[in-house]
Amino acid sequence: MIQFVLLISRQGKVRLTKWYSPYTQKERSKVIRELSGVILTRGPKLCNFVEWRGLKVVYKRYASLYFCMCIDQDDNELEVLEIIHHFVEILDRYFGSVCELDLIFNFHKAYYVLDEILIAGELQESSKKTVARLIAAQDSLVETAKEQASSISNIIAQATK
Amino acid sequence: MNSFFSGTRLRDMIRAIRACKTAAEERAVVRKECAAIRTSINENDHDYRHRNLAKLMFIHMLGYPTHFGQMECLKLIASAGFPEKRIGYLGLMLLLDERQEVLMLVTNSLKQDLNHSNQYIVGLALCALGNICSAEMARDLAPEVERLLQFRDPNIRKKAALCSIRIIRKVPDLAENFINPAAALLKEKHHGVLITGIQLCTDLCKVSPEALEFLRKKHTEGLVRTLKDVVNSPYTPEYDIAGIADPFLHVRLLKLLRALGQGDADSSDAMNDILAQVATKTESNKNAGNAILYECVETIMSIEDNGGLRVLAINILGRFLSNRDNNIRYVALNMLMKAITVDAQAVQRHRATILECVKDSDASIRKRALELVYLLVNETNVKPLTKELIDYLEVSDQDFKGDLTAKICSIVEKFSPEKIWYIDQMLKVLAEAGNFVKDEVWHALIVVISNASDLHGYTVRALYKAFKTSSEQESLVRVAVWCIGEYGDMLMNNVGMLGIEDSVTVTDSDIVDVVEIAIKHHASDLTTKAMALIALLKLSSRFPSCSERIKDIIVHHKGSLVLELQQRSLEFNSIIDKHQNIRSTLVERMPILDEATFTTRRAGSLPAAVSTSGGASLNLPNGAVKPSTSLLVDLLDLSDDVPAAPSSSGGDFLQDLLGVDLSPAPTQSGTNQVQKAGTDVLLDLLSIGAHPVQSSSSTTDILSPIQNEKSPIATLDALLPSSSLSAQATSAKAAPMMDLLDGFSPSPSKPEDNGSVYPPLVAFESSSLRITFNLSKQPGNPQITIVLATFTNLTPNVFTDFIFQAAVPKFLQLHLDPASSNILPASGNGSITQNLRVTNNQHGKKSIVMRTRISYKINNKDTLEEAQINNFPRDL
Repeated sequence: MIQFVLLISRQGKVRLTKWYSPYTQKERSKVIRELSGVILTRGPKLCNFVEWRGLKVVYKRYASLYFCMCIDQDDNELEVLEIIHHFVEILDRYFGSVCELDLIFNFHKAYYVLDEILIAGELQESSKKTVARLIAAQDSLVETAKEQASSISNIIAQATK
Repeated sequence: MNSFFSGTRLRDMIRAIRACKTAAEERAVVRKECAAIRTSINENDHDYRHRNLAKLMFIHMLGYPTHFGQMECLKLIASAGFPEKRIGYLGLMLLLDERQEVLMLVTNSLKQDLNHSNQYIVGLALCALGNICSAEMARDLAPEVERLLQFRDPNIRKKAALCSIRIIRKVPDLAENFINPAAALLKEKHHGVLITGIQLCTDLCKVSPEALEFLRKKHTEGLVRTLKDVVNSPYTPEYDIAGIADPFLHVRLLKLLRALGQGDADSSDAMNDILAQVATKTESNKNAGNAILYECVETIMSIEDNGGLRVLAINILGRFLSNRDNNIRYVALNMLMKAITVDAQAVQRHRATILECVKDSDASIRKRALELVYLLVNETNVKPLTKELIDYLEVSDQDFKGDLTAKICSIVEKFSPEKIWYIDQMLKVLAEAGNFVKDEVWHALIVVISNASDLHGYTVRALYKAFKTSSEQESLVRVAVWCIGEYGDMLMNNVGMLGIEDSVTVTDSDIVDVVEIAIKHHASDLTTKAMALIALLKLSSRFPSCSERIKDIIVHHKGSLVLELQQRSLEFNSIIDKHQNIRSTLVERMPILDEATFTTRRAGSLPAAVSTSGGASLNLPNGAVKPSTSLLVDLLDLSDDVPAAPSSSGGDFLQDLLGVDLSPAPTQSGTNQVQKAGTDVLLDLLSIGAHPVQSSSSTTDILSPIQNEKSPIATLDALLPSSSLSAQATSAKAAPMMDLLDGFSPSPSKPEDNGSVYPPLVAFESSSLRITFNLSKQPGNPQITIVLATFTNLTPNVFTDFIFQAAVPKFLQLHLDPASSNILPASGNGSITQNLRVTNNQHGKKSIVMRTRISYKINNKDTLEEAQINNFPRDL
């Protein structure tokens, strides 16, 4: 099971956190501080796994961002690397060659994408196409709702004139 | 609509925060935003709720408190529109976790949304439930989720499956409701549903043996077929990763098959072929393929034995191990650890490669490899492996040294073929990484050294040399100081030279130099300095010519701010000054420390034993230490880390173990042991008594010194009853030291006549032996009963090595004084007497019971008698 997902920039700034096991706010900041200390200082040629408090953290760097997933001792590290890559590819498709800034200004969208890939710390969907389709459908729901709202307010505005 | 609130847009806020140059600036911006959001919340502003929550999530991610926004999430979730609900659920998952009470308030909204007509809203609710639900919510909403497992849209089914996983992890009792709907998912074609369904089944197998049995019987074949289909499926762009169709599905199928095959020969048999196919056909040039191979190997290792498959698996691991990709090597090491239980021989073949991995530049790989090496060590390869590891210790990273040292020490202790090798290796480790060595490791080393009497000279010379080069390693210094104190004379005279040694010429002042360096070194801590003082005292007697110099060093510490050092230096100084005549007796070499007792104590499994023997002191290994001196040694050593100070009088041994004492001193480790010992303490207590001589001769207090350090007074106190007794019994030799005790002296432990008197009680009588108890009470202390036990021999033969042991339940405390003798003359022509003091913590509620064991020799033949004594008067 994936215990939590972290996206950390090379400067140690947190870009996304998702906790599937309960950690208090205090523990969360401690975990982030500890792990960014360990992961950001590791050299480029080393393996992508770090053992940490009886768990394992699988991380991979994409441009300036480190994608980290913390898993149980007996989970498949190599597969988790694939899950990270899966997530990155879907983000890439969704934002159109994603960069760190996309994730900063549209952080909520990154969360929506993640929620279509993982639930309860387990993989939900292996098809990128399906994920993309589901997100697009929900985004369009939001758009229609917005339009409706604005049109209704227009109507009201006009009616009250 | 609120006209006078015009907050910034989310985008603008993020920009403003990013523009901050310092943390203080950022805090100011966040504070301002939070204030605006609070105002908006207080005004119950609908239009900006959405935006406020988005901002709060960003602020939350930066690590600022955002609890005031939690209720906003609930309000958004409760509103009708999809956009509000979407952001509301996101906020709920980010800002709250399952332990917050607020979460309970959302249960109702969740329930409604799970039944919503819009499937995307159902999806949102499932996602939130799956990510943060608590046990109570799981119980409340399980029926809804169970129903959704059969929902028409596959995307809801897969979410419901993962949500069910969360539910059964939180409430395993609910598992049985999910077995059938979960099994139905295994037949799905939609990969998302299939993957999540398989995952749900795997989790069900973990929590419910019923589910495991059911799936094993009904679905093994179906799963094997599914895996076969996936492995052989033609190219599908939707699921393809590096030429493999859906590696995620592969991995999950293999995982579930593993759960089914474990411990079941039939289902293991059913999956053999497909596992062989996966193991041989999967491409291993990309990570995805390796992930599958890795999972496949684990499954092969876990299911029931099939020789051929295992060979295949081990070969794959061998290939992994020689891979240039660090990730692959890491997982290979990881898997070899599991393989070692299956086929140790095959893993041994890779020993050289694994050993290389210990020296890798990657900390993760090093750590894995070290643990693997640790498992690989056995009697035959311990020497070369240890040598490699110790050689590497010299060049390893500082932060790896701790782990490495611990493992080496553990290997050496576990497998050492002979003492000299053990001592050599430990000295190397101490010299190289003494600061990383744990206390119990060097304590153990000292016990071993003490037991290897033929190696004393060799060891002390080796330590002397090591000290010259590595005096910065604290634990090396301690061991060296201890050994020099004990065996310093051997150092000078080259006693017990082994063939392999070069002789060294060391003068007595060189030796004192070493100890002086240790005591004066700025990095030496209290323990080391205290040990050094003892060593100096001992040396002063061994090297009379250096006596004056040693005295100077000791006197130097008279003004120490640390009470412990000050006290030692004052006392030692007076010994050197005023008690020349007894000094040499005082500081005799330590009797050999008992290894067996040390090991049991170290393992923490020492049952509290009560054993005493009038003659125990005569049976001491070197027979040199008389009660009076040992007492003094005890005093001198009282807060010392040296596992030393065997006390030959049974009295203080008892005190140590059982905490039988007037003062409720918190120092006695034995008391805790008793409490842990469970119900049948009595049996436990006696089980160790089989070696009474051994244990009483080695009442070394290895564990308690640390505690003692905190309260030297308590220790002094603890020593008292026996000391007052032996002081009365022995000559004036001990008298000077008694001054120290005067202040604390309790009432003498001899029976007082003015207490209430009870008729004598025949506690035990057999054909050979009678025990009579004379009971009395001390006035004003109804809890305490003084028992004078009288042993009478009923046979015509003399009993020798007579030992009486007793044990009591937890509510009693027992103190045994030394017996009057250990020889019991024949035919009642004399008797042994022994004082017992029983403290009844439940006086008035429970009466005294006692279990006893008496061992003695008749014509050198061991005899053992046991009895439970429960005929004590009720009101004791």
